[in-house]
Amino acid sequence: MTTTYSSGIAEDAAPPKVAENDDTYWRAVGRRLMRDKVTLFCGAILMLMAALILFAPLVAPYGPTDGSIVRRLKPIGTPGHLLGTDELGRDMLSRLLHGGRYSWFVGITPVAIAFLVGGSIGIIAGFAGGKINMAIMRVTDVFYAFPSVLLAVAVSGSLGAGIANAIMSLTIVFIPPIIRVAESVTTGVRNLDYAEAARATGAGARSIVVVHILPNVLGPIFVYATSLVGVSMIVASGLSFLGLGIKPPDPEWGLMLNTLRSAIYSQPMIATLPGICIFMTSVCFNFVSDGLRTAMDVRA
Amino acid sequence: MIAYILRRVLYIVPISLAVSLVCFMLVHIAPGDPIDAMVQPDTPKEVIDRVRAEYGLDQPLPVQFGLWLLKVVQGDFGTSLIKGRPVLPDLISASGATFVLACTGGLLGFVTGCVFGGIAGVYRDSWIDRVLLAVAVAGVSVPHYWLGMVLVIIFSVNLNMLPAMGAGPGGSAVSIFDWEHIRYLILPSITLAVIPAGIVTRTVRGLVSDIMSQDYITTLRGKGLRRHGIVGHVVRNAAPTTLAVIGLQLANLMGGSILVETVFAWPGTGMMLNTAIFQRDIPVLQATTLVLALFFVVLNLLVDLVQTSIDPRISRR
Repeated sequence: MTTTYSSGIAEDAAPPKVAENDDTYWRAVGRRLMRDKVTLFCGAILMLMAALILFAPLVAPYGPTDGSIVRRLKPIGTPGHLLGTDELGRDMLSRLLHGGRYSWFVGITPVAIAFLVGGSIGIIAGFAGGKINMAIMRVTDVFYAFPSVLLAVAVSGSLGAGIANAIMSLTIVFIPPIIRVAESVTTGVRNLDYAEAARATGAGARSIVVVHILPNVLGPIFVYATSLVGVSMIVASGLSFLGLGIKPPDPEWGLMLNTLRSAIYSQPMIATLPGICIFMTSVCFNFVSDGLRTAMDVRA
Repeated sequence: MIAYILRRVLYIVPISLAVSLVCFMLVHIAPGDPIDAMVQPDTPKEVIDRVRAEYGLDQPLPVQFGLWLLKVVQGDFGTSLIKGRPVLPDLISASGATFVLACTGGLLGFVTGCVFGGIAGVYRDSWIDRVLLAVAVAGVSVPHYWLGMVLVIIFSVNLNMLPAMGAGPGGSAVSIFDWEHIRYLILPSITLAVIPAGIVTRTVRGLVSDIMSQDYITTLRGKGLRRHGIVGHVVRNAAPTTLAVIGLQLANLMGGSILVETVFAWPGTGMMLNTAIFQRDIPVLQATTLVLALFFVVLNLLVDLVQTSIDPRISRR
């Protein structure tokens, strides 16, 4: 009986001490986020949009490519077509919902891949220092010598249209800036006293990185990556707008914007709808990213 | 200082070489044989071989790169596969058109950004700061190709005030500045200005609000200096970083105006690049990308040098 009793105390007393230290920061971040109404509002809109496009096949009244040319360019509010129809008579609401899946996917995936790849390379460069750092950062400089939109267009233009090529070209654009941020934060942390102390007490590279570096650099790198999502959405849809990226008849906001350019004289409101979706998504991501940066107290 | 400038200028050489390599490789990352893009599918094999030899495509890649680079250095950017004439003259006139558009749009964006950012920074945390900051975030979040369409719908389709596309009479001759030509410049410039305006607003606001909370500003106030006296000090302290951001944005506008040029059919490098991509006109694609990237490199260098020379706080050895 005594054993149960003492272990009960141990469970109550010992572990929470560590855990408490660990989550006061996150609790503070959560508290600050809860007070930030703009961020909460934008986050809510993003979640609503995410849910709508995730369940697009269930929510959308029609299929994304169903339509008849007879019913083309019906105005907003037409019975049965809440947001009207496009230049081929397809239901706009259904196409916007389905199109969001492509736009979000092509917009977010490159940043996610670049976060993993660029983050790892940057942390390695920052932690290794010396010649390895030099080599990695000089190669990064080369890709920095291209304006980002130009690089994205040139690479995906050479690779040809298609969703995979668009994602690849955007990933190439976003890896270098993430490497730079990751490298500079890691270099900063590496030279701090606690990392120095760990090294002095004989900790191996692996344990220094896992215990001391990663927990301190992942936050800033992540916040920086979230600030790229807004741009990524715009450029991704921009590629499709140019005719690179997603191919018709698949719906994608940028591509829809392009094909609806012929309708600016007859149905200008409908022609601008996909752009409003891109704009809303991008604004919300940028506000949420700003809110995260403030709440997490990141300066980078 | 002179050693720094020399080193910084010399660093241009390896960077430019690497940039050229990337532009050269663009063609070779494309799936399939680059020759397929140059000839009709049913061309006899002898003709294909002749074309291949003509473009040096039968040589190993490093040799090809060397030959291409040698020509580029001599000002020979190759011959357009579609038009059958040298790329360079077209590229120069397109660069001119893009330059005019980027400068006008840039100027508009920078002035707006400095004014908005300055006001927001001075009145930090007031309602006007919050409004301007929200406008700035909206500015960097606008898909500018969509904004271009909206402006066309409002000012061309509905109000019939401004032209929807092109660069005015005389096509790409955008060096004439009379109302007949400026009319065509207005909508694309506004469209192009929005993103840099947002970025500059955020930068300037941060700088100004930081400077305003410094001790020396308090000292100036204590000495009885009025607001317009303090402004001079704030401007001088915020200028170097602001100029650096503006320079980078201008460079980005030159290379990034492809979407706006497509919307407004502006006869610049972006249009040229767009056409080259869809016609698989590889020499044009390579040359345009290279020229824009090199322009970006040089402008970056200038920004760095100017910033170093006007900001005594940066010591570079």
